[in-house]
This record gives sequence, structure tokens and C-alpha cells, in this order.
Amino acid sequence: MLFINGLSVLLLYQLMGEVTVRWLGLPVPGPVLAMIMLFISLVIKGSTPSALQSSANTILSHLSLLFIPAGVGIMVHFERLQNEWLPISIAVLLSTVITLVFSATVMLLMNKMFNLSKKPTEDMPLNKSLDQLQKELIEKESDHG
Amino acid sequence: MAKEGLSEIWVYLSASPLTGLTITLLAYSFSHRIYQASHNNPLLHPVLISATLLISFLLITDTSYQDYFKGSQYIHFILGPATVALAIPMYQQISKIKQLWLPITVTMISGVSVAAISSILISRVLGASIETQMSLAPKSVTAPVAMGISEKIGGLPSLTAALVVITGILGAILGTKILHALKLKDHSIKGIAMGITAHGIGTARAFQVSSEMGAFSGLAMALATFTTAFILPYLVRWLN
Repeated sequence: MLFINGLSVLLLYQLMGEVTVRWLGLPVPGPVLAMIMLFISLVIKGSTPSALQSSANTILSHLSLLFIPAGVGIMVHFERLQNEWLPISIAVLLSTVITLVFSATVMLLMNKMFNLSKKPTEDMPLNKSLDQLQKELIEKESDHG
Repeated sequence: MAKEGLSEIWVYLSASPLTGLTITLLAYSFSHRIYQASHNNPLLHPVLISATLLISFLLITDTSYQDYFKGSQYIHFILGPATVALAIPMYQQISKIKQLWLPITVTMISGVSVAAISSILISRVLGASIETQMSLAPKSVTAPVAMGISEKIGGLPSLTAALVVITGILGAILGTKILHALKLKDHSIKGIAMGITAHGIGTARAFQVSSEMGAFSGLAMALATFTTAFILPYLVRWLN
């Protein structure tokens, strides 16, 4: 029942999102607006109801499954891919590398500019040392194995 | 008589939603098992394997995508509530959002714009059609949202879905190597870059590096999702 209740809430928000987008002529997909509406509701409420948590966990744990019907749809575009494989593959490759390097650089500069790099380093040593400890332990274990 | 019976059964099966739904679930559970056995090797991503298997099956049996979609549309439909559900993991990162909101906001807006502009302009210079350019634009965002955006700006949602998966896999393979070459040590920065570039598939890879990188990648993925949804329609209008 928890799952059904949670799913009803998700669908209700989606419905509100779709109606609002059409009503106001917004350029955003309905479910995205619904996601923002739900996020704001959670911030106001201050906690995630267990029904919502349960249905979200179920749906999001197999997110990949939901992409398959659309992914198979690429078979409709075989001709386009044959004709445009070069611009598509170069655009995907270059744009992925550019976006990665650019975002990392901007985030680094912003952290320095607002002097925020101090805050994380104050908080993080514990986390990092834990991670390192774990890695060392795993390495030791594998050495013995 | 027996032959006629078989072909009649086939006529029923190929027109019934039951077939599309069943083969999709079977393909997924099979490829998910392969993926886990390979310790989540991004080259063996379940969507990649499932789509290859299903396309081969449809081509061999001479089934059209429209007939297949009659059944698989029930799975496709759940993308809507799944997008709404992304609000929940994002809410769980609220304390980090409050702490780092300014650098994250600037990085989001500029990173998301660079992802879209670079893919549109590179493909345009190399002679891609406008539909292809528009299908490429939202490729760094998680698939349900990317498909919605693609439809809004005049792309082909199913082409976008495939490009999103390819971008994610590419980001997961190249990402950790490139970030290592840049000599970045801060896992929050590496995570943000990964989440903006390679959405959920990149986030899964980031979690293998460290829990901190994974959390930030998940946060970036969620924020990039709606930053892109808001910015891209205007960006596209400006570029065209």
C-alpha cells in the first residue's frame, strides 16, 4: 500500500506539472516542473514521507529499464545514423570532453574565488581518511588473497 | 494445418502488447545480470545490451518498432513519474546545496550551456541536419528529461535517448581518466563535473571512485536536469 500511495503522489504531481506547463505555455517538460514542485514541497515539509520514499526507491533502482523502449527506437533512425555518423560521433566525443574539463575548471575557480575550498577541507579529512583506510584494507586483503 | 495455426498465433503475438512488454523485461533482466557479473563495466551497460538484443530480435522477426512500442509503451510511461521521483534524492542533498549553492549555481548554468552549445555547433559545422543538432543538444541530461526537452526544441526523442546513453558511457569511461590527468584532488569538484557531463551513468561510475564523488555527481545530475530544461529552449532560440 505504501508503494501505491507514493506512486499516486508522484502521478498527482506529474498531472499538476503537465497541466501547469500547458496552461502557462512554459518551455519545460511537465515532469520536470513536477519535480521542482515536489522538491519545494519537501523543503517546506522538512522530511520525505515513507510512502514517497518507498515508491521513489523502487522506480529509481531500475531507472535503466525505463530507457530501453526509447533506446530501441534508434532502429527507426538507422538511415540518419548512416548519413550523419561522422558529425554525430565527433560532436558527442568532443562535447563530452569539453563539458567535463570546463565544468571541473569553473567549479575549481568558483571554490577558490569564494574561498570555499577551506570549508570542505576542514570537513573532509575524516571522510578522506576513511576512504583511504578502506582502500588500504582492501589492498591488504587482496595481497593476502 | 499446424503451420497455419502457428502463423495465426504469430499474427496475434506480433499485434499484442504482451510481446513487446515481455521481451523488454526479459532483455533487461538478462543484460542486468551480465552488467553485474562484469562489476558494472560501463561498456556492458544494460541499456546498450538490451537495445542491441531487442533490435536484433525485431529485425530478425521483421517486427516494426510501432508494433514493439504497443507493448513497451507501458514501461516508457513510467519515465514521467521517475522524473518526478528525482526530487527525493535531490532533497536528501539539501545541506550540501545550502553550503555550496553559489559555486554550484555558476558551474551549473555555464557547464550546461557549454554542453549544449558545443554539441550543437560542432555537429552544425560538420554538416548535421537541424533535427540531429537538436537531438544532440540535451545529451548530457538524464534520459527521461532529455527526451522531453528534445521533443520541445524540435529534436527526435528516440535518437536523443540513444545519444544520452552513449554520452553517459563515454563520460564514465573517459571521465575518471581526464579528471585524473587534470590533477584534481577535490572529490566534490570531480563529482560535479561528472554529474553535469554524464548524468546517471557517470554517477554510478563516480560512486565506484568514492562515496563523496558519487554524492556530488548525483547532486549535479539532478540540478543539471532542470537547469538544462529551463535554459535550453532559450539557448536554442538564440543559436538559431
